[in-house]
Amino acid sequence: MTILPLRLEDVGYAASGERLVEGITVELAAGPRTVILGPNGAGKSLLLRLCHGLIRPTAGRIGWQLGEGPALRRRQAMVFQRPVMLRRSAAGNIGFALKLRGLPRRDRRARIGEVLARTGLASLAHQPARVLSGGEQQRLALARAWALEPEVLFLDEPTASLDPAATRLVEELVESIHRSGTKIVMTTHDLGQARRLADQILFLNHGRLVEAGPAEAFFAGPATAEAAAFLKGELTW
Amino acid sequence: MQTILDAFASALHLMVSLNGGLMEIVWLSLRVSLTAVACAAIIGLPLGAALALFQFPGRRFAAILMSSLMGMPPVVVGLVVYLLLSRSGPLGVFGLLFTPTAMILAQIVIVTPIIAALTRQLVEDLWNDYREQLLSLGCGPRRAIPTLLWDGRFSLITALLAGFGRASAEVGAVMIVGGNIDHVTRMMTTAIALETSKGDLALALGLGIILIVLALGVNGAAFVIRDLTGRHA
Repeated sequence: MTILPLRLEDVGYAASGERLVEGITVELAAGPRTVILGPNGAGKSLLLRLCHGLIRPTAGRIGWQLGEGPALRRRQAMVFQRPVMLRRSAAGNIGFALKLRGLPRRDRRARIGEVLARTGLASLAHQPARVLSGGEQQRLALARAWALEPEVLFLDEPTASLDPAATRLVEELVESIHRSGTKIVMTTHDLGQARRLADQILFLNHGRLVEAGPAEAFFAGPATAEAAAFLKGELTW
Repeated sequence: MQTILDAFASALHLMVSLNGGLMEIVWLSLRVSLTAVACAAIIGLPLGAALALFQFPGRRFAAILMSSLMGMPPVVVGLVVYLLLSRSGPLGVFGLLFTPTAMILAQIVIVTPIIAALTRQLVEDLWNDYREQLLSLGCGPRRAIPTLLWDGRFSLITALLAGFGRASAEVGAVMIVGGNIDHVTRMMTTAIALETSKGDLALALGLGIILIVLALGVNGAAFVIRDLTGRHA
């Protein structure tokens, strides 16, 4: 039984009196790649963390089909803008994540080899993760997330600090993970990336969900002036 | 000036000839301080990590207390341990006073806060960096204790060294609870104090040089280990 869809009902989050996101109601269903688009400071990362359960909303409700709680987080994974690697080998970092999921040692080794091969990192398996380049580390972060075989993968601006070549590799990986059946939910402020990857767009501005719908329709003709301005590259504040 | 030069010459002679009395003192000092640091590490590393990772009432106070205990005067620790171990004290039945074990206990009390406080700071910084990723992977604060201690292993060597430096250099606590008994509880620092007051500068100076060389050696070794392993991780 899948944990999707994820339903957000009038979700809001406020910190020290400031409402950072508010009134977000949306349903994330299995299948289409969802891209959360918006300018910096729109609340994209925050929304992603709320969905993943790293932060609790101060208003509204977030629930998976199967309910909520840490047990369901085991069926999700998240990749952050800045990859967080432990001081171990590349393989060791994946092994650590698998061990936390309770995978027996023998299965771990097989899964690590498989996922490193799929991400093109097999030759770096025994390299310390911290000395890998930024792009390699981000691919390793994706490999680690993929190894967990999550039903949903959250990605927070995964290419924001990468060069174009590394960005392409990461996008290809995201595509492969999507094809393997994992629901992709990703934030970006990069319009080109959103056009390349999105099936569904959630356009966020000033902490509010301005538009939600199929990517094609959104890019062809946004329904709101805010989205139109963002697409034209005009800053909306 | 001549006296000092003579003392130096005799000191070198004692060291080069591996003088039995000298070696006995050096060996006991190392045994006591290294054992104390090992025990303090077993207590202080997880304790420091727990202080960094768990939210509980009085957490800030505990951190402040730990930091202030770092600067505790060894003589006061010696006095407290003395009272605990003395015949009429609560632990008197074990008859530990004036034994190497008593000195180890006193040094554990001195070193544990140092290791715990430095560990707390390091683990707290690591947790701030890793928190979201670890939580996402399903690694809560409790499970993060071994993970973060292992991740901070190169920096934690420095904490252990600080502990060893303090243990091997202190004289007040081991003097009080050990009693500086020849062949039983005479350490390098207590011997230096005694020989200096007796006027036997050669032995005092020899021990002093060995103490400094040991400190340099241990720190140098740790530095090299850190450099070799840390470069690759």
